[in-house]
Amino acid sequence: MRGPGRLVTAGLGSCVGVVIYDAEARLAGLAHVMLPGSPSPVTNVPQKYADTAIDWLVREMMRAGASRLRLRAKYAGGAQMFQGVKMEALRIGERNVQAVQKELADRGILVEGTDVGGHQGRTVWFEMPSCLLTVRTARGDMRML
Amino acid sequence: MNPYDLSAADLDALREFGNIGAGHAATAFSTLLGGVVRMSVTDARLCPFGEVVEVVGGSDTLVIAVYIRIEGEIEGNMFVVLSPESAERLLNQLIPGRTPGDPYGEMEYSALGEVGNILSGAYVAAISDLCGFRMTQSIPAVAMDMASALLDIGLMYGSGEDNQVLLISTRLTHGGREIQAYFFLLPDFHSSSELFDNLRGKMSSG
Repeated sequence: MRGPGRLVTAGLGSCVGVVIYDAEARLAGLAHVMLPGSPSPVTNVPQKYADTAIDWLVREMMRAGASRLRLRAKYAGGAQMFQGVKMEALRIGERNVQAVQKELADRGILVEGTDVGGHQGRTVWFEMPSCLLTVRTARGDMRML
Repeated sequence: MNPYDLSAADLDALREFGNIGAGHAATAFSTLLGGVVRMSVTDARLCPFGEVVEVVGGSDTLVIAVYIRIEGEIEGNMFVVLSPESAERLLNQLIPGRTPGDPYGEMEYSALGEVGNILSGAYVAAISDLCGFRMTQSIPAVAMDMASALLDIGLMYGSGEDNQVLLISTRLTHGGREIQAYFFLLPDFHSSSELFDNLRGKMSSG
């Protein structure tokens, strides 16, 4: 996204919505990460996995004219929606968050705000030029990052 | 060939398969609820996972979902999805003395888990009778939240958004009240062709 506008992703559960932006160039991009790692380095859907999604997003931002040093990130999601059952699979949200955190740190991208974990789904939207990420839960609670 | 393309005969057979499962479930629900429970299959088809959220009303629609994992000769994720209205009607009948409209407590979640268990158990039994696969079901996990937030765990185990999902929509009638329930079975990537090819084979021969 370039200039004023809004990026939205509805109904994040264990997935993580990651926004990378360059406030000065007024550029922002959003990836909807579903899984921590890609099964192979070559994938048709790099946006789905934490490792490839962040590379993809950074590449697209640079192509659009963003400055590598000015890139910042905000992310939200990674909930464990189903409680009370001990299944490793149901903890995928936590693993997604850890992966996003690590991939951003590895690339030296500063994180300006996060809202992760818990047991509730989130709809999130990022607004330019304010660079605010708003999170809304199914019960109507709102948070601004 | 589009993997979702089914002949008219396949669709009839899939609906018939849905009816067998619904028949099993109706018997179990009659015992649970007391009195006669009728179940009919309103839709039975294969669709892409991405469509599932639309079927239940859209990404951030509030729904109740019961998640059950199946393992064995066929592995995958199953969901039973109810609207808050349907769940409320069901709970008022299942829990005598409950005040309608009260927030859900442990009793409510456990009752909904049992409903999901019965419905998915009936379909698993139907698949197992038809195709001879041995499968076990996990304990049900229940949550109420935005549809896509609850269903996104279905994408694990190597399943993709373009994977095939077996969708069976049922209508349950008890004492003049109607409850709409959706059943989804999303086989893991390695189980997908085995299950669907086998089902198709049984359908065209039977």
